[in-house]
Amino acid sequence: MAIDSEVLVVGGGIAGITAAIAAAREGADVRLVSHKASTLRQASGLIDALGYVPPTEPAKPLREGPPTAGWNLDPDEWPDPEGPIADPFEAIDRLPEDHPYRLVGADALREGLALFDDLVGDAYLGGHTDRNALVPTFGGSVKPTARYPASAAAGVASDDRPTLIVGFRSLTEYDARAFADRLAAAGVPFDVAGAEVEFAEAFRADAKVTRLAKALDRDEPIDGTPAREALAKAVGPHLHDVVDEAGGVDRVERVGFPAFLGDDHAAEVRAALADRLGADVFEVPMGPPSLPGLRLEDLLYDALDDAGVRFETGTPAVGYETDEGGAGGDGNGGRIDHLVMDRKGSEVPYGAEAVVLATGGLVGKGLDSDRDGVREPVLDLHVPQPADRYEWFVDDAFGEQPYARFGVRPDERLRPLDGSGEVAYGNVRVAGGVVGGADVAREKSASGVSLATGLVAGREAAREVQQ
Amino acid sequence: MTRHTENGDGADGTDGSHGDGGPNDGDRRGANDAQRCGCGGTDGTPQPNVPEIGRDERPAIFVPDGGDEEGAGAGPSETDGSAAADAPRTATDGGVESATGGSDSTELDPDAYDPIDVFPEGDLDLRDGADSCYKCTSCDTSCPVAEVDDEFPGPKFQGPEQWRLKRKDDHDIDESITSCSNCMRCDDACPSSVPLSQMHNEARGQFVEEQMEKLSLEYVRNRILANYRTSARLASVVPRLSSFAMNFGPARWAMDKVLGIPKEREFPEFATTTFREWWRDRGGAQIENPDKRVAYFHGCYSNYNTPEVGKAMVRVYEHFGYEVMVPPQKCSGTPMFANGMLKDARRHAETNVENLVEAIGDGADVIASCTSCSMSLRQEYPELFDIHGIEDVSDHTFEALEYLRIHEDLDGALAESDGPGDEQSFAYHAPCHARNQGLARQAVETFRDVDGVEMEDVGDSCSGISGTYGWKSEKYEKSMQIGEEMFDHMEDAEGEVGMTECPTCAMQMEHGTGYEIEHPLQLLEETLVA
Repeated sequence: MAIDSEVLVVGGGIAGITAAIAAAREGADVRLVSHKASTLRQASGLIDALGYVPPTEPAKPLREGPPTAGWNLDPDEWPDPEGPIADPFEAIDRLPEDHPYRLVGADALREGLALFDDLVGDAYLGGHTDRNALVPTFGGSVKPTARYPASAAAGVASDDRPTLIVGFRSLTEYDARAFADRLAAAGVPFDVAGAEVEFAEAFRADAKVTRLAKALDRDEPIDGTPAREALAKAVGPHLHDVVDEAGGVDRVERVGFPAFLGDDHAAEVRAALADRLGADVFEVPMGPPSLPGLRLEDLLYDALDDAGVRFETGTPAVGYETDEGGAGGDGNGGRIDHLVMDRKGSEVPYGAEAVVLATGGLVGKGLDSDRDGVREPVLDLHVPQPADRYEWFVDDAFGEQPYARFGVRPDERLRPLDGSGEVAYGNVRVAGGVVGGADVAREKSASGVSLATGLVAGREAAREVQQ
Repeated sequence: MTRHTENGDGADGTDGSHGDGGPNDGDRRGANDAQRCGCGGTDGTPQPNVPEIGRDERPAIFVPDGGDEEGAGAGPSETDGSAAADAPRTATDGGVESATGGSDSTELDPDAYDPIDVFPEGDLDLRDGADSCYKCTSCDTSCPVAEVDDEFPGPKFQGPEQWRLKRKDDHDIDESITSCSNCMRCDDACPSSVPLSQMHNEARGQFVEEQMEKLSLEYVRNRILANYRTSARLASVVPRLSSFAMNFGPARWAMDKVLGIPKEREFPEFATTTFREWWRDRGGAQIENPDKRVAYFHGCYSNYNTPEVGKAMVRVYEHFGYEVMVPPQKCSGTPMFANGMLKDARRHAETNVENLVEAIGDGADVIASCTSCSMSLRQEYPELFDIHGIEDVSDHTFEALEYLRIHEDLDGALAESDGPGDEQSFAYHAPCHARNQGLARQAVETFRDVDGVEMEDVGDSCSGISGTYGWKSEKYEKSMQIGEEMFDHMEDAEGEVGMTECPTCAMQMEHGTGYEIEHPLQLLEETLVA
């Protein structure tokens, strides 16, 4: 006896969740397992599709001879990435041929985003158009993204209303004035000022953002004043800080906060602040710890539950068994009979008719690497890579890094391929970061790749079961 | 099938010769025993009274007083000898041999030289874990205490940062470690597998051992709370009187003032017949089955307070044809870890491991009905202690429902049943410790399709009581703040009966909502056996 399901999805990020729900909607009985709590809590909460098309060929041919430490190319010899891209869908044809988007097609991205819109409802915006929105992020840059949380809506950079960016001394990684200066330098079409206000001072200097969010959620008294009122009062004096080009002073029409405005009651907190300030309120998506990421995690796991998907965290996949009868010369590879999960030392078999591997990339630990090589640790799938590790990277930190595109290479049905280009396992599909071919950090395509491949992998897995 | 049967045969004939284990357990807990069996257990000669399966390979961090175990506390010494060859072992004190040590060769071959070779393999104690931390702060965002208490600097500080600070003797452990409730959510959140709770347990143990005033009321109070079994055992002698006296107003007022045990909380009632008394009176196991045996670790609460949970366990398992064994046992150690009382925990662990290893030798797997007990046996035991056989206990321990789901066609059995007598709706809360074992959803999953049962998950928040945390006056308010989300969701849920696996979560759920709380085993019994 084992823990059985028709489709077993390994991985609790966007790709895994999308695959699980897509498979469940096709009528399959689905289970999702993840090693740890979802890493969505580290994500910005923005859903990118494709923001840039980075060049994959240098301006001049590479120099001849064996590589030494990197390719030693002057970064300047690489053309700048194309972008920000206005329409991700029309740019897909300009990506490398083995990019996951090229494999599954623009329609998969479109359907993946549509599925996402359906799952999150009005918590996210941007679905009204194919075009990217430009959303300020906490580094002071403006990021092209396909979907953004409602909490960030009032902050989009295409809006020309004067803006105040609020910061707090205790949030050292978020300098509101530097942020505002950088936005201005980036040429945003609105006047902007940054101000550091006193509110978080009421808390300990290293209080966690979850502490601030909880205090606002509960509207806890801060020195006798309810938290939301106290925060509005701290911001109030700065509503006229913005100076336009002519030297005139305008009352700001929107105020941006670091993303800690509540957790379970975030919309209520924003509304209360907007009411008191007489201006729209928005959050600036941040790196971890990320409240927008946590909220998205909650939304998507609720959606999993609604879709009837069974899920659990805390169980890493540590082994697998193949089905002896299934391997044949039909070019469809072997078949996985079950995966072995580790439950705090006890090994438990999880049987499945189809498996979706959505374990993430090098950062998510779906790919493992050491000085000898890069591996896919769960099913030991083939990961193409140069034998000499000095060819894994180039000197230019922001250049075309070969390692960024490392991953399992699948066919167009997302079945993983072995070293000779044959399907390794006929009942396995791969999705998300574990799939190679995309440089998601430079392309700003991580979520989109996960949604598109997750959708296809989930449907494919369900089809595998129905056969 | 995953039943581990390879050890069954050898141990079968030894039933009668196993003593109660008491008299000589002190002699055989030495590190040398653990080492001898650390190398696989198949080639060594069996030791008296101990099945031939003792393993203890994982790094442990706590050893009782300096000289108690040979070499322990004095750096990676001879105890790390032979076993280190097969499995890289970690020292117990964090010491590093030398800058270039750790390999056989002291001369580095310039051609094969890599910078990382200057670090020795193994012998790094928790450094591996500390180095794995890349400061993503996922642990901090998952911490229920940091959410309500900004004096608490969070798991990232308590774990890797405090570990670095205290590596030199000139730095005290920060007192804030005592505010960690040991919910272990940070373990589950960490994408880099930093052993956060292990670091917390170690730091807390060291703090209590070295820095806490042993005559202080706080220490006394914590010791009493941690040793719940002791109080419960005494109270159970006169259960009705105890239940009354413990909740007697003036007594509670005094307890709050003097000891810091919040008067708002009601002490759980003591059963008039403990589980073990019931077990003895019914004549023990009703089914004998050498092929399907389980050893029940009932823990203190099912024994003294909610024997109905233990009885349900027995009836459900017998329904599936299992022979249930109830070995002698003490506290799992959970409340002791949370209060830094590692010596107490180890003393109890010795008894537990010895008796459970014996049962495993008889072909049994270990079943716990409390998810904190199973958590302790599975994770904290091998992380914290070197005791002969402790790894086997960890590998063979399961939660009660989990085990049935793995080994029996539970869904089929439930589908065939007519459901419980009447329609029932439950507001289910998954304990944090269940979450870490991958069990947070199993009750919902198991009962979702059962006729007449409505099971609603009240969300992934912490109940806030975290064992003894909420039983301290200075933490009471925080505990209730953490629990607020769960209370709200329980009120919103259809059901008017709560359900959870953890006894203290159950106390908190009852305290916050007034609901009656059941254990999944009770519903299983009602559905399948009744």
